[in-house]
Amino acid sequence: MSEKINLTINGIPLRVDQNTTILEAAEELSIKIPTLCHHKDLCVAGNCRVCVVEEVGVKKLPAACATPVHEGMEILTNSLKVRNSRKNIIELLLSEHNADCTKCYKNGNCELQTLAAEYKIINQEFIHLPDTKCYTIDEFSPSIIKDDSRCIRCQRCVRTCAEIQGVSALTVGYKGDHMKITTFFEKPIADVVCTNCGQCVNHCPTGALIEKNYIEEVWEAIADPKMHVVVQTAPAVRIGLGEELGFEPGSRVTGKMVSALKRLGFDAVLDTDFTADLTILEEGTELLTRLKKVLVDKDPDTHLPLATSCSPGWIKYIEHMYPEYLQNLSTCKSPQQMFGALVKTYYAKERNIDPANIVSVSIMPCTAKKFEANRPEMHDSGYRDVDFVITTRELAIMIKQAGIEFTHLPEEHYDKIMGDSTGAGVIFGATGGVMEAALRTAYEIVTGREVPFENLNITPVRGMDGVREATIKIENPLPDWSFLDGAELNCAIAHGLVNAKDLMDSIKSGKKSYHFVEVMACPGGCLGGGGQPIPTSPEIRQKRMEAIYAEDMDMPLRKSHDNPEVVHLYESFLEKPNSEKAHHLLHTKYVPRQRF
Amino acid sequence: MPKIKLAEKTINIVKEICAKYDNNEGELINVLHNVQAKLGYLPAEVQELIAKELNSSVAKVYGVVTFYSFFTMTPMGEFPISICMGTACYVRGAEQVLDEFKRQLKLEIGKTTEDGKFSISCLRCVGACGLAPVVMVGEKVYGRVSPQQVRKIIAEYQDGCPSS
Repeated sequence: MSEKINLTINGIPLRVDQNTTILEAAEELSIKIPTLCHHKDLCVAGNCRVCVVEEVGVKKLPAACATPVHEGMEILTNSLKVRNSRKNIIELLLSEHNADCTKCYKNGNCELQTLAAEYKIINQEFIHLPDTKCYTIDEFSPSIIKDDSRCIRCQRCVRTCAEIQGVSALTVGYKGDHMKITTFFEKPIADVVCTNCGQCVNHCPTGALIEKNYIEEVWEAIADPKMHVVVQTAPAVRIGLGEELGFEPGSRVTGKMVSALKRLGFDAVLDTDFTADLTILEEGTELLTRLKKVLVDKDPDTHLPLATSCSPGWIKYIEHMYPEYLQNLSTCKSPQQMFGALVKTYYAKERNIDPANIVSVSIMPCTAKKFEANRPEMHDSGYRDVDFVITTRELAIMIKQAGIEFTHLPEEHYDKIMGDSTGAGVIFGATGGVMEAALRTAYEIVTGREVPFENLNITPVRGMDGVREATIKIENPLPDWSFLDGAELNCAIAHGLVNAKDLMDSIKSGKKSYHFVEVMACPGGCLGGGGQPIPTSPEIRQKRMEAIYAEDMDMPLRKSHDNPEVVHLYESFLEKPNSEKAHHLLHTKYVPRQRF
Repeated sequence: MPKIKLAEKTINIVKEICAKYDNNEGELINVLHNVQAKLGYLPAEVQELIAKELNSSVAKVYGVVTFYSFFTMTPMGEFPISICMGTACYVRGAEQVLDEFKRQLKLEIGKTTEDGKFSISCLRCVGACGLAPVVMVGEKVYGRVSPQQVRKIIAEYQDGCPSS
């Protein structure tokens, strides 16, 4: 039992647990203390100082985010001293900030701008330093832009890269006046170990780290009458987009999103969930084939565990950090890239459209998908498979630009040919979802029966623990799979690359042995992706996850192999899972990359 | 940035130092001190090797190297000249001494002469404030240095090491 502490905030008494910070205590009273460097996902930094408060009888103003409460403490959050100091601090931050807000991508969604607006920072009291400094803008990455002139050195990005992702591509370099957020030898982000996951973008309070946006390119494609513009939407977009457009976190806006996309002028609104289902058939088949090769044929060149390959941040991470495990990665492309390869082949054929006149756009909760679409391998259709990738946030911008009243939109359905999906496809957006979808299908292929979980909900693989394990016992398989009788399939799931590191190290050291592992680069999986609405917090991720599973429960079909369009795709085009044609279009290779 | 392949000997020196500290990431500063003492400076390739040996991130190593002014990423001269800019030295004219070194060697702080002989850096207090202003050339300490003495000090090293 932790001890309770009595204190007052602005004269209101309250009792909180020991080790509560002043900021958390104030939150309990619904008193807002402004913050910039503080983020619920990250450790305390206490460097921006905007959360200073006054402790009665103490001369120095403590930072509320970094100061634990103590017995008898009397805190004032809005005294004249606090107000003046806070205003000074914001002015000092602005004096070093390129505050040309109308020319900033984050205009209207910037925490520093919001604070400046709240405190009405109108007169410039301090020398404006950006005029005297030479700041760098790094635009080389296809995913992320880093503009040092907008940086307030709160170090959220550095902490994100280290604590959530365990990558540490970003660091604090130099000191004092020269301090800046940088990379190894100030190389462009594109040339270092960055996985393009975009978590730094999602955590940045200002416009210093933003996604590279392709909004204008998409508008131009839509406006070109020659072009047939096809759009696909990732599973996690439908449960995130609402937050940008007037809905509460956890709102399911699938039908409205489809409706909005049609009004934006896309020629066909299709679903990445369709290729998520397809991924399950390809990857499930790959898993079973590998199991047979290892267990029956004793093939030394086949490697287990099989690791999922849907998350491009995870792919680049393993290419940098564990290149010796590339052969463990599923050769399946991500659903986005499978979709891209099929749009300019199968879809073009079915719809009788010249693939040269197709522009393939994808809406993703992810910035790494921009990098993925740009990979030289992703041209198997004979064209660039996915032309433009835009994030959930960019789609929201387009919807606002088009003057669409999102909240008033009717609900519409996806178009046909690659628009059908199942509940198994939609749960790809949550950590553990690919695993669950794969198990629903693989178990049934092997045994002829549904997975033995109530309502098909494989709850052991769900949740927000960083690394989760599950064991599925296979009993009474069909004759073809008799070698699996009594086998226990050991699975593991990790999300957030810092957890992926733990998982990989436990595999590498031989401490753990699995058959199948799922890794998603971002915390919570795609629902917490770097391209999702800002802010994203543990509570918001939880709500989005509940929405994903609710979406799954409401789908009439919940197993990938039941998707009628997937069945038709195999019958009319791909023949069977892992066929030669499927291999050509839907599978890929990976490249080892330098870590040091 | 062109990649330089480190000599086998250099690689072994760095590896040995890292091993001496159990390849512990927490010993990064000690490792950097030791490596710089042996190699004279910490170029990119050496930082990469240290990160690898300590299983750390290269960016973190770079962050530490750039934070502390003691660490340098450019090779120091054969005779590194350090002028103390501590309070005592400063008030007794260290800046004029520094300016004279810069003028005579046509060199900026942190840079090395083209022949690789001299480099100039500033430091903060060597604990010999009674001798202010203090200049160090390599390990040798010069006290009560005036700008007029600068030419003589440089000349001592012009033709190799002075008799000490």
